[in-house]
Amino acid sequence: MNHPAQQQDRPTGAAPALEAVGLGLQYRRRWALRDCDLRLPSGRVCALVGPNGAGKSTLMALAAGLLAPTEGSVTVFGNGPREAGSLRRMAYLRQDKPLYPRFTVAETLRAGRELNPGWDQAIAERIVRLGDLPLDAKVGTLTAGQRTRVAFALVLGKRPDLLMLDEPLADVDPVARQELTGILMAEAAEHGTTILISSHVLAELDGVCDHVTVLRNGRIRLSSDVEDLLDDHRLVVGAAAVDSDGAPPELAHHEIVELRRTGRQTTALLKPSGAIDPRWDTSRPNLEDILIAYLRTPDPQDRPAAGAGAQTAGRATELTTGREEVTAR
Amino acid sequence: MVDVIVEYLIDRRGGLSPYLQIIEQTKRALRLGVLQPGDQLPTAREVVEATAINPNTVLKAYRELEREGLIESRRGVGTFVRRSLAKPQTVDDSALHADLTAWIARARDIGLEREDIAALVDTALDRAYPTSTEATEESG
Repeated sequence: MNHPAQQQDRPTGAAPALEAVGLGLQYRRRWALRDCDLRLPSGRVCALVGPNGAGKSTLMALAAGLLAPTEGSVTVFGNGPREAGSLRRMAYLRQDKPLYPRFTVAETLRAGRELNPGWDQAIAERIVRLGDLPLDAKVGTLTAGQRTRVAFALVLGKRPDLLMLDEPLADVDPVARQELTGILMAEAAEHGTTILISSHVLAELDGVCDHVTVLRNGRIRLSSDVEDLLDDHRLVVGAAAVDSDGAPPELAHHEIVELRRTGRQTTALLKPSGAIDPRWDTSRPNLEDILIAYLRTPDPQDRPAAGAGAQTAGRATELTTGREEVTAR
Repeated sequence: MVDVIVEYLIDRRGGLSPYLQIIEQTKRALRLGVLQPGDQLPTAREVVEATAINPNTVLKAYRELEREGLIESRRGVGTFVRRSLAKPQTVDDSALHADLTAWIARARDIGLEREDIAALVDTALDRAYPTSTEATEESG
């Protein structure tokens, strides 16, 4: 097998696909993104997760060179995002999927072909054909799901080395979502494309991404390989012997990401150090469990004061988050 | 293109990681004789296009199977089965299979549910192979 994606396991001196150092952007008085350090090696599929306003779109727009940072820097394969070479190597699909509504599907693809030197007409046509889109239909007359498909054809036809997709599958049906994700993964397998994809729907990222970055209030809350995350965390359930808001003493020597109570039952997501007390029922959380816990709790370093922070993190929260209700607000 | 012999079905809700599912499903195909030495496995591209999982997962699973000597990848050609896991007794139409089918039918006839039967089989397997229980821990 001869896949470029295999290169990721070899330590190389090559520049990462995306690197941010101390990256920040200030809108008037508010920081949309701050102190962002991120290194995305080539060939990864990275999920960008966070509530609305957490800074996901800002990070992508900075990496795409559409915004200029207030502080810090971002590079794409070692170069500034606005350099010509960088623009050729990356594609960015904005959440609102801007297309020319008066162009037909065929004209849109033709524009893609004429504007992009490395254009892959075969993959672009295939994506459009799989959706049974009439080539002579004006883009403005298509449904939101069909426009998503045309936008996918454009960004994949460009054959980028770095592909950034902002909430790309929000308005397509489940069948098309599976199909488009499959095509995306196939392109990554064949060309070693680095993909940064943001989504609210945590379940649709499970199995798709191998790296995940969680943004919260404009800061990186977590950035890690998915495998490490799954290996490092445990979900424990037990009857806690404390009546305060503090951590149960038998869990105190572990790093507690999130602690929740309902009546006598305590549920905690831990990064265990050493053995876990056998009286606690221990299981391996899935990616969604872990991400939700990080999305719900502030970074300990961001807490204004120890007392206030402990209250926020340790306060009994009702266990209402079902599997289906996976959007993080 | 050679006909695709195995097709991976990834269950995202099962708790078992896609990585382990690919290894397990490949080994099952090798045990059942569905895959035989010389057969070509689907490319990573084909697997991920059908299952929408991360390509690195497929490559990692194939590397593990290669490390175990079950398959080999030939650069630029593809990935091929080296060794079968089929024993004459495990093939679909063997005597053991017939015995088991008859036994399950009997258990069902006296009113056992699927889970009851599975529990009986698990207990018997655990007794016969005392050390092989850790493998299920992965499934969380």
